[in-house]
Amino acid sequence: MFFWIIRRDLLLAMRRRSDVFTTLFFFVIVVSLFPLSVGPEMNMLRTMAPGVVWVAALLAAMLSLGRMFSNDYLDGTLEQMLLSPQSLSLLVLGKALAHWLVTGVPLVLMAPVLGIQYDLPAEALFVLTVSLLLGTPVLSLIGAIGAALTLGLRGGGVLVSLLVLPLYIPVLIFGSGAVEANMAGLGYDAHMSLLGAFLLVSLVFAPWAAAASLRVSME
Amino acid sequence: MNWESWSEFFAMGGYGVYVWGSYFVTLICIVGEVLLISKRRRTLDKHYGLIHDSNTKEEIKNETTS
Amino acid sequence: MAINWFKYSSPASFYSLAGKMIPIFVFLAVVLTIAGLYVGFFVAPTDFQQGEAYRIIFIHVPAAWMSMFLYVIMAVWAGIGLAFNTRLSSMMATAIAPTGAMFTFLALWTGALWGKPMWGTWWVWDARLTSELILLFLYIGFMSLQAAIDDPRRADKAGAIIALVGVVNIPIIYFSVQWWNTLHQGASVSLNQAPAMATTMLTGMMIMVFASWMYSIVVILKRVRVIILERESHTAWVAELRKKEAAR
Repeated sequence: MFFWIIRRDLLLAMRRRSDVFTTLFFFVIVVSLFPLSVGPEMNMLRTMAPGVVWVAALLAAMLSLGRMFSNDYLDGTLEQMLLSPQSLSLLVLGKALAHWLVTGVPLVLMAPVLGIQYDLPAEALFVLTVSLLLGTPVLSLIGAIGAALTLGLRGGGVLVSLLVLPLYIPVLIFGSGAVEANMAGLGYDAHMSLLGAFLLVSLVFAPWAAAASLRVSME
Repeated sequence: MNWESWSEFFAMGGYGVYVWGSYFVTLICIVGEVLLISKRRRTLDKHYGLIHDSNTKEEIKNETTS
Repeated sequence: MAINWFKYSSPASFYSLAGKMIPIFVFLAVVLTIAGLYVGFFVAPTDFQQGEAYRIIFIHVPAAWMSMFLYVIMAVWAGIGLAFNTRLSSMMATAIAPTGAMFTFLALWTGALWGKPMWGTWWVWDARLTSELILLFLYIGFMSLQAAIDDPRRADKAGAIIALVGVVNIPIIYFSVQWWNTLHQGASVSLNQAPAMATTMLTGMMIMVFASWMYSIVVILKRVRVIILERESHTAWVAELRKKEAAR
């Protein structure tokens, strides 16, 4: 069931490829806007890069949250899923993972290219990519709670950002912190361990909270 | 006693703007909150009055003032 | 004894109980505020470092404390409402949120006005200030979510989930911000050096903290009464109450 959900969501995403690309291009455009607004001074861009890429990733991941449940909600599939004897948490976990594969992974793959725009050294590019790899699943998992809570509400898109962005702050801090620490010549192990810890904690609790939220929203 | 005169009290040793700015905004917030709640209550009373006692306007008035 | 408590967990009896309690707490709030301000402005001496500017503490610290207490209390009520399906607890949570947000705003505002003369800047990205700002965001998220949902039961439960997720996250957020702050130790503004406060200053501050509690109880009870009436307008007891009030 778990893998079935992931496969199904990936298939659906493949049929609507433009959605995936919209998110990705949003990410690219936001990151590219910063040099245009603050100037092309390389030293400044280098110090800004981790933060800019991370904030843009946060926004991109958040923008696509609405899609996580809304299509299934509209065509009634979600109701069927709630009635099925399968564990709803597992189902939510599957949907969150599918969301990550569709939006998170492209962001991770794109990040080194954008880092080059900001003249990041090779090792920093690597750290940036790894930090995003660890951090973006957390964004999808926590986002699932927000998406489930705002399901079917008017203005849900803006609302979800109010709910979810404050909760993203720790991931943002340690994700961009890892890259900054690396560029400052410090170790980034602590950052990575913490990002990993966030991932584990959200893997355990977020599907459960999101499942509870779905039940509330579907009553 | 800390203060020799009223003007000294209001000056707050040169920090009057900051001290009174804090207290003034706090006062506004508190008054605003209380007013908002009673307005919410009055709206409710009025709404309720219109539905159930639409024939006697006098009653609604009494209700809102009580 | 237990029966007594259960009796008041029904909105109808709580409504009248709250009505009886409000005047007591209004009295306490007014007396404590006057006492606290008197001690704060006329008894407590001038601070030898900060001059008179420190007198902002008498609202700043109570506001900051209340903002945090109220979030936790709100989450607890919301959680009880979610777990035991008690309507009144959820209404309490909904009633607490605006007051908590107001205190959070006040803590930030008075903090800025205190920071300007003391550190020369309205705002520093200190761990405490940043956490307080994030707390404001959490309050706003809770209230916006509840406002967006028309069905009150769904609003209660959805609000409870986001409040509980928030309360679990607050320590993580605070810890992260603290860590981030030590990493980016910029222009050093030390908030942690707390020179021994004169006893009268501390007394004034504590009286103001109690006054804030009393004020919070008053407005929360007032608001929860309105919420009860809004939600229960279709019930017999509200109709009965209306008749009584109209006859008065």
